[in-house]
Amino acid sequence: MNPNLPHSDPSRLAARIRRRAVEMVHSAAASHIGSCLSVADILAHLYGGCLRVDPANPHWPDRDRFILSKGHAAAVLYAVLAERGFFPVAMLDSYGQDDTVLAGHCTDAVAGVEVSTGSLGHGLPIGCGMALAAKRDGRDYRVFVLLGDGECNEGSVWEAALFARQHELDNLVAIVDHNKLQGLGAVDEVLGLQPLAEKWRAFGFSTVEIDGHDHGQIARSLANVPRQAGRPTAVIAHTIKGKGVSFMEGSLAWHYKSPDDSQLAQAIGELEVAL
Amino acid sequence: MRTAFIETLCDLAARDERIFLLTGDLGYSVLEPFARSYPKRYLNAGIAEQNMTGVAAGLALCGKTVFTYSIANFPLLRCLEQVRNDVCYHRANVKIVAVGGGCTYGASGYTHHGVEDLAVARSLPGMTVVAPADPTETRLAMRALAHMSGPCYLRLGKAGEPVVHRGDPEFEIGRAIQVRTGQDVTLISTGAMLKETLSAADQLARQGIEASVLSMHTLKPLDRQSLRQAAEQTGAIVTVEEHSAVGGLGSAVADFLAEADLPYVRLRKHALPDELQRKVGSQQYFRRLSGSIVASVKLLVAEPVGAPV
Repeated sequence: MNPNLPHSDPSRLAARIRRRAVEMVHSAAASHIGSCLSVADILAHLYGGCLRVDPANPHWPDRDRFILSKGHAAAVLYAVLAERGFFPVAMLDSYGQDDTVLAGHCTDAVAGVEVSTGSLGHGLPIGCGMALAAKRDGRDYRVFVLLGDGECNEGSVWEAALFARQHELDNLVAIVDHNKLQGLGAVDEVLGLQPLAEKWRAFGFSTVEIDGHDHGQIARSLANVPRQAGRPTAVIAHTIKGKGVSFMEGSLAWHYKSPDDSQLAQAIGELEVAL
Repeated sequence: MRTAFIETLCDLAARDERIFLLTGDLGYSVLEPFARSYPKRYLNAGIAEQNMTGVAAGLALCGKTVFTYSIANFPLLRCLEQVRNDVCYHRANVKIVAVGGGCTYGASGYTHHGVEDLAVARSLPGMTVVAPADPTETRLAMRALAHMSGPCYLRLGKAGEPVVHRGDPEFEIGRAIQVRTGQDVTLISTGAMLKETLSAADQLARQGIEASVLSMHTLKPLDRQSLRQAAEQTGAIVTVEEHSAVGGLGSAVADFLAEADLPYVRLRKHALPDELQRKVGSQQYFRRLSGSIVASVKLLVAEPVGAPV
């Protein structure tokens, strides 16, 4: 069930939500635009048609569940939910403003947001619970959890990985946004994760590595879940933090900074080329 | 209490298919009846409390009533942020069960002393906090909690506690049980301290002090009505708990009195000192560290009635 998909072209949807996220972060003087831009293509694919969701019925019991475990990329999730029709696009203007619900980290007070997140390492355990519920209830929905690579420092991620394999949660997909940057530096220099794909394989996940900005590769990696019966899926998506805005790409500073007026104009100019 | 817990849970699960039980690899010779009867609704999540609590939240968000089980501090403090964010933030229907509250595992050492749990649980918005006094209250609390949606922390003793209540008292979450009446002082106990509180009341009666005794099985929401009544009727309250003096029942009652707009009420906390315990000993050894309930009461009633000048 995929009621009226408004965006048949995920790369155009990605450009639209990138632009909206940049505008939101600018007007709220908020952080984390780099993280929003690195996951935009994945979100565009998921909400552009991959996920079985119904904006008119957000609590439909058979819906696919999506958890943005790296909850600091909330702005771009709100943007894609608005584009998909879960709530009016105009509501995005309230992001980060007083007395509103559009928090800087994902909150389920917003229509379409499945789980409130913000502290890292929480999404995959919750996703395991949801995937287990589907198994026990005989429902065929799938659970997608998007994690950051820095987030994989958290031990609870690996507790959940053990659990997912133990209970054969093949309806669970962990997507790792592997942009190679975390709080204070390069992932490899802070608390190295390599070989990352091998780690997920060793934990029993059917694991694939893709270019997280290539819509064909994203689509193929998620086309047939489960990839292997009895095994959860891991997609290691190689991405670029700040993707789509030249001066933000690969820059740690844009984990924190908010664009000023001229930076906003330049960013929008670059993103409009893709629209 | 442990036995009353698992027997009641099995009964409830027979009638309610939504009930799940998750354990953090503890509960040997306790949880087997549930595991045997409801294998699809029982899970040993392994020694991984953070994940167990997140999984519980995920199940609850899909309509399940989930009990998580472990001992002492493990199901609450080890995974406190999961309790706060995954359970409480989502108002998820997860009931956290900690066996061995207080100094049940006194000889096991400080890691196994559950003496800050009530303070921590009580500070979480939307959390119902229950510490039953005996197997009867445990059974009644379990039934009430299973029919109540939302987060709950249930602190139990271990096994073999005596039944204190005669018959089944009227039980409601958030309503204290009046166990004894008296006009000189009100003793309010929580958890398994009820038995000692009642024997203190007996001793006091022999010395001419008539104590009213309340079993305050629910710390949150606090029974303000019973507290107000106690303050008005006796003007003197002693709280009794197997918990740090910081943040437990005594603190909850003091918080209430601070804002209750009542005439001067004398209050004493019978609780464990706010000190790191490097020595070990039996549960009774640790209870003695709180001093004597009788002595606390006698000091309190010797205080002049009315506001100090």
